[in-house]
Amino acid sequence: MARTGRNKPSLRVLVWLGVILAAMTAVLAGGTMSGVASWSPKLALDLEGGTQMILAPKVEGGSDINEEQLNQAVAIIRQRVDGSGVAEAEISTQSGRNVVVSLPGTPSSQTRALIQASADMNFRPVLVTGAGAVVPADQRTPAAELPKPTAKPTNASDSNWITADIQKQFEALDCDNPAQDKQERSDPAKPLVTCEPATDQTPAIKYILGPVEVKGVEIQGSTFQLQQGAQGAVTNEWAVNIQFNAEGTSKFKTVTERLNQFYVAAGGETGSDPKSQFAIVLDDQVISAPRSQAVITDGRPQITGGFTEQSAKALSDQLRFGALPISFDIQSEQQISATLGGEQLRMGLLAGLIGLLLVVVYSLFQYRALGFVTIASLVVAGALTYLAIAILGWTENYRLSLAGVAGIIVSIGQTADSFIVYFERIRDELREGRGLVSAVENGWKRAKRTVLASKAVNLLAALVLYFVAVGNVRGFAFTLGLTAIADLIVVFMFTHPTLQQLARTRFFGEGHKFSGLDPERLGAVPLYRGAGRLRSPEDKPSVVRAKNTGAAAEAERRMTIAERRRAEQQEQLAGSSKGPAKEGK
Amino acid sequence: MSSFAKFGNELYTGKRSYDFVGSKKIWFLVAAAAVALSILIPVAKGGFNLGIEFRGGSEFTVSNVKTTEASVGEKAVHDVVPGSVPRVANVAGTTMRIQTDKLSDNETLKIKEGLTKAYGVTDNEVTSTFVGPTWGADVTKQALIGLVVFVALATVLMALYFRTWKMSLSAIAGMLVTMFITAGVYALSDFEVTPSAIIGFLTVLSYSLYDTVVVFDKIRENTADIDSSTRRTFGEEVNLAVNQTLVRSINTMMVAILPVGAILFIGAGLLGAGTLRDLSLALFVGILIGTAATIFISAPMYAWLRQGEAPLVKQAQRVKQRRADAAAKAAAAEPAKA
Repeated sequence: MARTGRNKPSLRVLVWLGVILAAMTAVLAGGTMSGVASWSPKLALDLEGGTQMILAPKVEGGSDINEEQLNQAVAIIRQRVDGSGVAEAEISTQSGRNVVVSLPGTPSSQTRALIQASADMNFRPVLVTGAGAVVPADQRTPAAELPKPTAKPTNASDSNWITADIQKQFEALDCDNPAQDKQERSDPAKPLVTCEPATDQTPAIKYILGPVEVKGVEIQGSTFQLQQGAQGAVTNEWAVNIQFNAEGTSKFKTVTERLNQFYVAAGGETGSDPKSQFAIVLDDQVISAPRSQAVITDGRPQITGGFTEQSAKALSDQLRFGALPISFDIQSEQQISATLGGEQLRMGLLAGLIGLLLVVVYSLFQYRALGFVTIASLVVAGALTYLAIAILGWTENYRLSLAGVAGIIVSIGQTADSFIVYFERIRDELREGRGLVSAVENGWKRAKRTVLASKAVNLLAALVLYFVAVGNVRGFAFTLGLTAIADLIVVFMFTHPTLQQLARTRFFGEGHKFSGLDPERLGAVPLYRGAGRLRSPEDKPSVVRAKNTGAAAEAERRMTIAERRRAEQQEQLAGSSKGPAKEGK
Repeated sequence: MSSFAKFGNELYTGKRSYDFVGSKKIWFLVAAAAVALSILIPVAKGGFNLGIEFRGGSEFTVSNVKTTEASVGEKAVHDVVPGSVPRVANVAGTTMRIQTDKLSDNETLKIKEGLTKAYGVTDNEVTSTFVGPTWGADVTKQALIGLVVFVALATVLMALYFRTWKMSLSAIAGMLVTMFITAGVYALSDFEVTPSAIIGFLTVLSYSLYDTVVVFDKIRENTADIDSSTRRTFGEEVNLAVNQTLVRSINTMMVAILPVGAILFIGAGLLGAGTLRDLSLALFVGILIGTAATIFISAPMYAWLRQGEAPLVKQAQRVKQRRADAAAKAAAAEPAKA
């Protein structure tokens, strides 16, 4: 029963594991070399330092928020944070209810106010447009020529809105390099000087706009589609459709009646009177300023002109934000100094290392040389987890948080658990009198189910925690689930095949007293004792005998079919040549 | 190891056996009393010591302080918000924690500056946390949803795996006992209940079930051919399975608790309150109780739930009959020998 040569299938499994590890390393190495990945996992803000805000979106009117609206909320905040010049901000949704904003450093109070504010969409008529750049000092309107309104403006398109101050502000505005921190929101009843930021296709434009005429909340919906030609045939032009509610419809009708006059007066399509334009303003920035080519009486205007599918979708989405004034309540805000984060990480790693060491000492004490298999398995599991986290940090932007580190430390014990279940099963089989090779096989057969079932429980817990998680629970749940999977891979692809190989070595196979599988220490009595002599019934380690020695013979006679079959199997495994016992009941 | 291995051997063969199933009444009573206490303690104490996440408010953590005096921090807060009652505590080594009621942005910034000066640290060593008043309710709600979803799914998973609702029920009962007692220990120890503690708590439930799955697997194996066996009664088979897996239970518990203990005692001693400590305390207590609950509650309960089943009653009679026969035989043989 000692060495019977190499075990091919188990070697093959080990090679496959090596291939997986090498492939993961190669992927990460490739990423690192091309500069997009890094060998170390990305750290979350609680370890790196920075500010994390958890915001609860609030829809005006108090109705519940749905997933689409939440995604819009994230888009809104992303636009604002990007606009305010904060680099490397991360904005994500959590549990389908909250928005998590993570910023490096401490945000200014303006940035905070900006993040919290509700989206503000308005329609304003255009008074003046101009190129985005600052008007050079020597070309600015001389003081004497600055406009002096002669009368109170009669409607929103009236040039009398433009005062000397507004004109100066307009000329000084630099739309090519917009200010980082936006000032307070504009007054809807007053004119506004603002920019339309440059895009890939168009340069920046600056505007003087009249007071607000139609509000974003009056939009009922917005879609985008390929434009239909006069005959109803679909053209290649993308168009954005707006639909106003009743109030919006009547207001918009009034506006387009006035604006369309400017359009017609300026010569229709060939004209270029800025006053025929109405600007769609989101958070005080112009996102589009189409001309009013017709009077819209049904509240369903269509915006066309130079859209790609993408830009049409973007505008349509933005219009829907306007229809949905979401503001945000700060649920919790954490500002973590880099010092504290680093300290926590160091301590966490130290605690993890000590915990690992204790587990190592304990398994060596309990399982002797077998303990080294545990250690090697933990090392492989650790390598798999580390590579997975580093790769996920690169591809999915996964960041390791303190709770995630805790999850990994806790998983050391849970990973070692599966080995214990397996080893104890092997020991049980040895106690039954099997040789090591068959004990490993039989023990595995039984341990496999238990390990699978218990890992299923672990994974279930991780999934539940992940999906209902609030706050920093997610990181913990994620690493817990990840390590459960790594553990399964290691048990199946490393621990078991390694033991299959080791069972064939002299040291383990012959049960060296330091192997942890010494049958003598385990109180095993071999089934087969050589020289054709089988063990006597008295030798059989059986609880029956231990408890009712007097009833031994009786018990033997009353063996059930299943018991007898098991006994036969055991004898065969032990290399017995004797046929099964056949006495009747 | 040798003595422990011997211990394992004796447990395996049944030479040494602890009667967990037979003395179930005692364990059930103990568990019932512990659960009752765990419910009464928080009630008597007026609830748990809830963390700032549940109460709402602002918290500052200052690391590497020059002085650990509380009055310094109190003064820094009073300078900005005169009437407030800050809670200042030295949480570990050179780390101070200052908790206040909800502050405005401006006040937060000012107090942060004040604390930086007062404790002689740099800007980088002050951390501030603000928690809105509705956050706690949110956290609690989610934790409860998590609890219910997990228990429901776990029950289904157990029932599918074991294919008997009685095993499933016993496993869940053990888990619930673990849950209540862990909560009770939290209430008694006056540790702060934070979201991290809640995560630990939910993880404990998974550990508790995991442990039960392993033991029940052995029980199922031992009782697979119970109908045709007269060796042991059902209860005895269950008890043997628990004994046979006792060494594993102890080893598993040890290995699980060592890293957690390392975080709890090493990490927390040096770092003070935080994610790691809150999480590890819940786990530490829960793993101990979870292991015990499997052995003393779940397994005996399963035996108890099934012992009334007609085939098992008959089987128990057969075992009794066989033993009586054997005893009679032995008694008959005795005088002949003498």
